[in-house]
Amino acid sequence: MIAAPFEYRKAASVEEALQLLQEYGDDAKLLAGGHSLLPTMKLRLATPAVLIDIGHLHRDIRDEGTALVLGGGVTHYQVESSAVVKASVPVLAQAAAQIGDVQVRNRGTLGGSVAHADPAADYPAVLLATGAEIDVRGGGGARTIAAADFFRGLFWTDLADDEIITHVRVPKPGAGTGSAYLKFPQPASRFALVGCAAVVTVVGGICRDARIAFTGVAGAPFVDRAVGAALIGEPVDADTLDRAAAEAATGVADVLSDLHASADYRRHLARVYARRALAAALAAV
Amino acid sequence: MKEPPHPILAVDKVRHMGDAVAVVIAETAAQARDAAERVAVDYEVLPAVTDVRAALAPGAPLVHDDVPGNVPFDWQLGDKEKTDAAFAQAAHVTTLTFRNQRLIPNAIEPRAAIGHYDEARDHYTLYTSSQNPHVIRLLMCAFVLGLPEHKVRVVSPDVGGGFGSKIFHYVEEALVTWCSKKVNRPVKWTAERSESFTTDAHGRDHATTAELALDAEGHFLGLRVRTAANLGAYLSTFAPCVPTYLHGTLLQGLYTTPAIHVEVTAVFTNTTPVDAYRGAGRPEATFLLERLVETAARELHMDPVALRLKNFIPPFDGVNQPGYQTQVALQYDSGNYHDNLRKALEAVGYDRLRAEQAEARKQGRYLGIGLSTYIEACGIAPSAVVGALGARAGLYESAIVRVQPTGKVTVFTGSHSHGQGHETTFAQITADRLGIPLEDVEVIHGDTDAVPFGMGTYGSRSLAVGGSAISRSLDKVIEKGARIAAHLLEAAPEDLAFAGGKYTVRGTDRSVAFGDVSLTAYVPHNYPEGLEPGLEFTSFYDPVNFTYPFGTHIAVVEVDIETGKVKLLRFLTCDDVGNVINPMIVDGQIHGGLAQGIGQALLEGAVYDESGQLATASYLDYTMPRADDFPMFETERTVTPCPHNPLGVKGAGETGTIGSTPAVVNAVLDALAPFGVKDIPMPMTPERVWRALQNT
Repeated sequence: MIAAPFEYRKAASVEEALQLLQEYGDDAKLLAGGHSLLPTMKLRLATPAVLIDIGHLHRDIRDEGTALVLGGGVTHYQVESSAVVKASVPVLAQAAAQIGDVQVRNRGTLGGSVAHADPAADYPAVLLATGAEIDVRGGGGARTIAAADFFRGLFWTDLADDEIITHVRVPKPGAGTGSAYLKFPQPASRFALVGCAAVVTVVGGICRDARIAFTGVAGAPFVDRAVGAALIGEPVDADTLDRAAAEAATGVADVLSDLHASADYRRHLARVYARRALAAALAAV
Repeated sequence: MKEPPHPILAVDKVRHMGDAVAVVIAETAAQARDAAERVAVDYEVLPAVTDVRAALAPGAPLVHDDVPGNVPFDWQLGDKEKTDAAFAQAAHVTTLTFRNQRLIPNAIEPRAAIGHYDEARDHYTLYTSSQNPHVIRLLMCAFVLGLPEHKVRVVSPDVGGGFGSKIFHYVEEALVTWCSKKVNRPVKWTAERSESFTTDAHGRDHATTAELALDAEGHFLGLRVRTAANLGAYLSTFAPCVPTYLHGTLLQGLYTTPAIHVEVTAVFTNTTPVDAYRGAGRPEATFLLERLVETAARELHMDPVALRLKNFIPPFDGVNQPGYQTQVALQYDSGNYHDNLRKALEAVGYDRLRAEQAEARKQGRYLGIGLSTYIEACGIAPSAVVGALGARAGLYESAIVRVQPTGKVTVFTGSHSHGQGHETTFAQITADRLGIPLEDVEVIHGDTDAVPFGMGTYGSRSLAVGGSAISRSLDKVIEKGARIAAHLLEAAPEDLAFAGGKYTVRGTDRSVAFGDVSLTAYVPHNYPEGLEPGLEFTSFYDPVNFTYPFGTHIAVVEVDIETGKVKLLRFLTCDDVGNVINPMIVDGQIHGGLAQGIGQALLEGAVYDESGQLATASYLDYTMPRADDFPMFETERTVTPCPHNPLGVKGAGETGTIGSTPAVVNAVLDALAPFGVKDIPMPMTPERVWRALQNT
C-alpha cells in the first residue's frame, strides 16, 4: 500500500490554496483529512502529482444566532463533541458520531466529506433535511450553495474544480422542531446502507413542517418530498407515521444495488428507517 | 489424485486472481511498487469458473488442461451398502442441501518473508511468517528449489496470527530465497492487505447434501453425505486432507449412528487455493451434523436437547472403558457428552430462556436459542495412522529440555507459537515439574538452526503433542538427575523422591537441590561412574491417537424482523479440552475461535464474480467480525482427561470455530420458526434474513 510519488504543498491560507490550484490545475488534489483520498492513492486508483493540504484551515465552529457555521476543516470528532453543535443542531452531532471509527473521526473533515459526496456518507442527509448551505470560494469569488443544489450525483457536486468549501451553514431549528439521524450500516465498511435524517416541526399535535432526507439509497442523497407531504398538516400519530414512511423512496428510480443490499432491500430499509427516524425526531421535539 | 504443477510464477496461463506473474526487486519498497506498476502483461481473457457446481458442469472451462472435469480426486469413507440399507428402513429422513461458504483467514499480520543468501558460507536464511518452519524448509529445499537442506535455515519469529493460512509453503518464500542468491543481497517482501485477500489460502467452500435417517422414536439409523469441495486453482500444501480425512472422519459426531457413508469430490476452480483454516474440515462436519440434528428435531416435533441425549454415545473414559470405535475410521479416546450438555444447559438457564422466548414472542420480539454439540479430532498425529490414511508427513513433535549449569532451563519446541502463548504454557509445565520459578524457564521456537525437526503448530496439536514431547524430556532430565543426586547423597536412585525442586532420600531430611544436581552434571568431579556429563534431553513424541475434545455451544439471538438484522445476545460454551494448564490461555483461544465461527454464521463470506474477480477483496466489502458484534462470551468447562498422553490434555485451538457456527444458525432459525423459515444461507446477512421472511 504505497502511493505513487507526489509533491506535498501545505497552503497557509485559502487564498494560497486557490493560487496553488490554479498553478497546478488537473495535476493537483486538495487534501483535508485524507480518509477517502489517501486509500485511493495507496491503491493507485488516484495518482495526483501534487497534494494541496487545506486540512488545517477553517477549523472553527460559530453560533451566528439563526445558524450554526462550521468551517470546512472541522473534524467529525469536533462536530460530535462540540457543546455548541449538540445544543443548537443536535442531529449534526448525532450523525457525526456515527461516521467510521474514532480514528476516522479524529482526522476526517466536514468539508472533505461534503466535497467528496460519497453516496453513502452520513452528513449529506442531515444537511439536506436541515436546509443547510455551503459556502465556497474559488477563482470566480465566493458563493453560497443550498445543500439541495449542491449534491448532484455519485461523487458529483456543484463544486467547481477551482473551488474550496470554506464553511457549512446549518440553520438552527425553531420551536417545536425535533430531528434525528439513524442509519443502517453496511456490515463491512459501516458506511450507511441507508441513512435517514428527519426534521419535523409540530404545533399543537399537528405536523407543520417535515423534511426527510436519505443517504445511501440512490446515487445522490435526496429529500424525500413524498414522505414530508404525507406528514404536513396531519396529526403526528402512529397511523400518520406509518403512512408517511410507506412513501419512502417510492419515487426513486435509481435505487442502488450492490453486494450488500439489492435495490428491493434498500427500498424496504428506507421505509423502515423513515419510520424509525420520524419516531426519534418526534421524541426529540 | 491428479497433481498439476504449481509454478512459482505463472507460465502461459494465470489461473486465479492473485496468481503471481512477475517479481520486481528494487532498493526500496516504494521503488519496487512503482516498477511493478510498469510491468505490462498482455492478457488474453479466458473463460473462468469460480463455483464448484459450475466447475463440475459438462463443458465447463478447464482450470488445468490435464485434469478432466476439474476433478483432481474423488474420495469416500464408510459403508455404503449398510448406509443405504439404513435409509431403506428409516421412518424419517431429514435432508439438507447447503453451502459452507468460503472464508478468508485475515491474520492481522500479513505474510512476510526475507531471503538472505550468504555467499561466503554458501548458505541461505529464510525469515518467514510461518506456522511450521521445518516443514517449509523441507518442502522448499527438497521439492521446489532443490537446495541442500543443511545449507538452509528457516526462521519464523513471533508471527501475528495464522489460523492455518501460514502453514502452507507459498511462492513468495521460494522467490525471495532464490532471488537473494541472484542479486547477492537480502530480499524482503511483505504482503499488502489486498494481497492477503487474494493469495493467503482461503478456507471451507463446500457444496453439500446431507441426509439423516431416523426411526420413529428418533434414533439415528444412518448418515449420508455428498460434498463437492472447492480447492481453488492449485492443490495447496494440506488441501487434499481437509475435506476428506479432517471432515469425513468427524461425521460420527457425538452420536451412535450405526451406518455412515460420505463421498467427497474435489474441484478445481479459478479461485485462490483453499486449504486448512481454523478447524479445517471439522467445522464443516459439525455444521452439517448439528444442522441435521436440529432440523430433524423440528421436523419430528421433538426437543433438540432430548433428541441429542437420546443419540449420544454413553460415557467412556478410555481407561476403565475402551475408546469408542466410530464408523468412520477413528477411535475416540474419552468422552462424557451427557454431563457436558447438562452442565451447559444449566449454566445458560435453558428452561428459563425458553420461557423468556415464549414471553417475548407475545410482545413481537423474536428470540432464538440454538445448540451445537460437537466433537473434534485434534493433536494431529500419530504418524503411523496418518500415514495409513495417505498423509505424506510424520506427525510427531520434538522437544529439547536443556538444563543450564545453574539450574535455569531452556526449552526448545518444534511446535510454533503465533499467538497461542506457548511461551507461558510450556514454561508452566517445565517449572511445575522441576519445582523451579517460572522465570527460570525460557521457551525457544521457530528456528530450524536452534530446534530439532518439528512439525509446527496447527490442528490444535501444540500442547497435546508438543507439550507431551517436553514432558518426555523432563522425565529423562528428572531420571538422570536422580542418578546424580543419588551419587551425591550416597543413596540408591530408587530411594529418592523429587519434589519442590529437590531430591530427598525418602524418610530422611537429606536432600540436594536441583541446581546443585545440574551444576554437578556440568562440573562432574564427584560423579557417578559411567554416566555422561550434561543435563539435556531431546524427545520426539509420536502419540498413539488423536485427542478428542468435545463440548456444547449455545447461542441466544434476537432477530429484528423489520430489517433482518441478527443480534447475538449471549453465547455460552461448555468445552471439554481435557486437563487445562492455563485457563486464561484456553479461554483466549476459545474467544478468538468463537469470533471466527460466529463470523462465519453471520458476517463473513468470500464472493467471486463470474469473471473470477474477488468482489470481497478489502475490508470495505469483506465483513471482518469486530468486538462490538459480540456479547461477553461465557465459558464453562468439564474435564475428561485424555487417557493416552502424559499431560491428559486435549486441544483448545479450534473448538471455537468448530462448535459455534451451527449454534448461531440454529438460534436464528429457532427465532424465525413461527414464520416457517427453514433455512437461510450463510452468512446470514440482514438481507438474506429479510428475504427468507418475505418468502414465507
